[in-house]
Amino acid sequence: MSAIICKELCKTFRQGDEVITGLDRVSLAIDAGEFVCLSGPSGSGKTTLLNAMGGLDTPDSGAISVGEQRLDTMSKSALANLRLNHIGFVFQAYNLIPVLSARENVEFIMQVQGMPAAQRRALADDVLAEVGLAGMEGRLPSELSGGQQQRVAVARAIASKPRLVLADEPTANLDTHSAAQLMELFVALNEERGVTFVISTHDVRVMGYARRLIRMQDGRIVSDQAQQPQGMEPA
Amino acid sequence: MSVNWVLAWRNLWRHSRRTWLTVAAMVFCNVLLVFMISLQLGSYQVMINNSLAMVTGHLQVQHRDFLGDQRIRDSVPAAAQLAEQLRTTLKLESVSARGQAFALASSEERSFGVLIAGVQPQTEALVSSFPGLVSQGRYLQPGDSDAIVIGAVLARNLKVDLGDELTFLGSGRDGSFAAAIATVVGIVDTGINDLDRGVAQVPLGWFQETFAMGDHGHAVVARLPSLDAVPAAVADVRGQIMGHSEELRVLDWDALQPGLRQAIQSDLVSNGFMYAVLVVLVAFSVLNTQLMSVLERTREFGVMLALGMSPGRLARLVAMETLLMALMGLALGLLLGALLIWYLAVFGFTYPGMEEMAARFNMDDRMYPQVSLPALVWGPLTVFCFTLLAAVYPALRLFRLQPVSAMRAV
Repeated sequence: MSAIICKELCKTFRQGDEVITGLDRVSLAIDAGEFVCLSGPSGSGKTTLLNAMGGLDTPDSGAISVGEQRLDTMSKSALANLRLNHIGFVFQAYNLIPVLSARENVEFIMQVQGMPAAQRRALADDVLAEVGLAGMEGRLPSELSGGQQQRVAVARAIASKPRLVLADEPTANLDTHSAAQLMELFVALNEERGVTFVISTHDVRVMGYARRLIRMQDGRIVSDQAQQPQGMEPA
Repeated sequence: MSVNWVLAWRNLWRHSRRTWLTVAAMVFCNVLLVFMISLQLGSYQVMINNSLAMVTGHLQVQHRDFLGDQRIRDSVPAAAQLAEQLRTTLKLESVSARGQAFALASSEERSFGVLIAGVQPQTEALVSSFPGLVSQGRYLQPGDSDAIVIGAVLARNLKVDLGDELTFLGSGRDGSFAAAIATVVGIVDTGINDLDRGVAQVPLGWFQETFAMGDHGHAVVARLPSLDAVPAAVADVRGQIMGHSEELRVLDWDALQPGLRQAIQSDLVSNGFMYAVLVVLVAFSVLNTQLMSVLERTREFGVMLALGMSPGRLARLVAMETLLMALMGLALGLLLGALLIWYLAVFGFTYPGMEEMAARFNMDDRMYPQVSLPALVWGPLTVFCFTLLAAVYPALRLFRLQPVSAMRAV
């Protein structure tokens, strides 16, 4: 069963008088449980495609579905609901709420989902332990390293048990060791929970973890091939 | 506690100086409003009481047609007896009978028209501050017959002094010719020229005899302990006079001096405008704070939208932050305002020149704000409501945010 289906997606942006092509007739299908890397140089359309998959941005034309739901025809509130309950996001800059502790950052989304306080607290602690942050639940983001903050962001993304996790350059701000740990965490979540991962990156070390590598350039998919995961390779 | 409230509270302290400055503006505005409104209401009480004390009292029993034209024949029968009855009814000593007539007052050199008031010397001082304003000589005493107390301007105009005689010519109640001579025993300086120019007081008995009044007067005046006691006293007196005569009616201070309420209402409107400006200024300060707070967190709000929060939830978060800030301003403003008003209500306050003025007009030389719940809460609650309203625009901006563009914000 396909987790994501894109058909002839097009997206352009205006920058002054210039029209920039973000996506140019992109079509692809990603099955449930896949571990996919989108790679390519800056401006190749990786983030634009990821945003379209997450319902953060709507394509100018074409169709996109996540599971059984057509994103390009959904209302804003339905998209927000889909993101809240079925899609996890991990960003390059962690984007944690600075005034909330690690636990509260994870709990916050669960509260929005309407989970009772006791249940969400226990679940937040479990998820933080799962990403290797047991004992650090009460720390503020400013008291955590970059790698630890990104783990909190992963915990936040997976706490609602999403079917799909979209990660945009998740290792860009991490050192090699932290990046390797994060990717191993992603692989474990993919293998143990069956979560579909789509990761945009131009870091070749990250690409080594993917079982499918999609290369993009100028808004188009230039190659799409399965590969044997090799783990972190020296840069 | 809900994470939303924790987040809202902590967000306030991201820029603690800015939050405190905004709260301080609210507190300052609240304290100022509590002080000004309490003082304003207190000063109205003083103004009303002083005005009523000078002439009219808190209520009067009059002939039903007297107030408009003040004709001598529209009189109250057995005025002194009615005053005595009302003292019992109201359980109050400060009730006095009066009569009044217009006459021509002549000295050896000049003549002027005056309003002669016949008063009961023993009780007039209890209903009016007029007797306390004698600047020369003395006030009327029980047992006086042809004694008269006149205003300072009238004395100047007539060129008379203590001990001089004045001749009065007028018409009696029955239309007869009224003429008499009285000796000036006191000169009153109220500071109000109109009053000092045209008023003369004589004993009620002499007045009734001179103007063929019989036992009639024109008003029975009562001065009550406070304005709050007026409605009940009016009802009591109305019950008392119902069987006495159908021609009498009871008038409260508002009917006797309608200009007083108009002056107060006019003052309320002008001060209300000033208060509104103050409240709007504070509301704009809050609007500025919340708008800055929203703008500088655009990226964070973008992330929240990306994670699946609805714009409505984000708006609620901003509203909660504003509510917490407004509650701090309200609580601190009420506390400090109440403390200030309590202190001033107990000890009063004065300003340069007030003592001289108070002594001149026979008034209290200190001002006391009125302690009342409306005076205490009206201002702060208005600030509170406007503060919450000020959060509407920043909150509405969140509905226009797009997750992708918001996350690109610096």
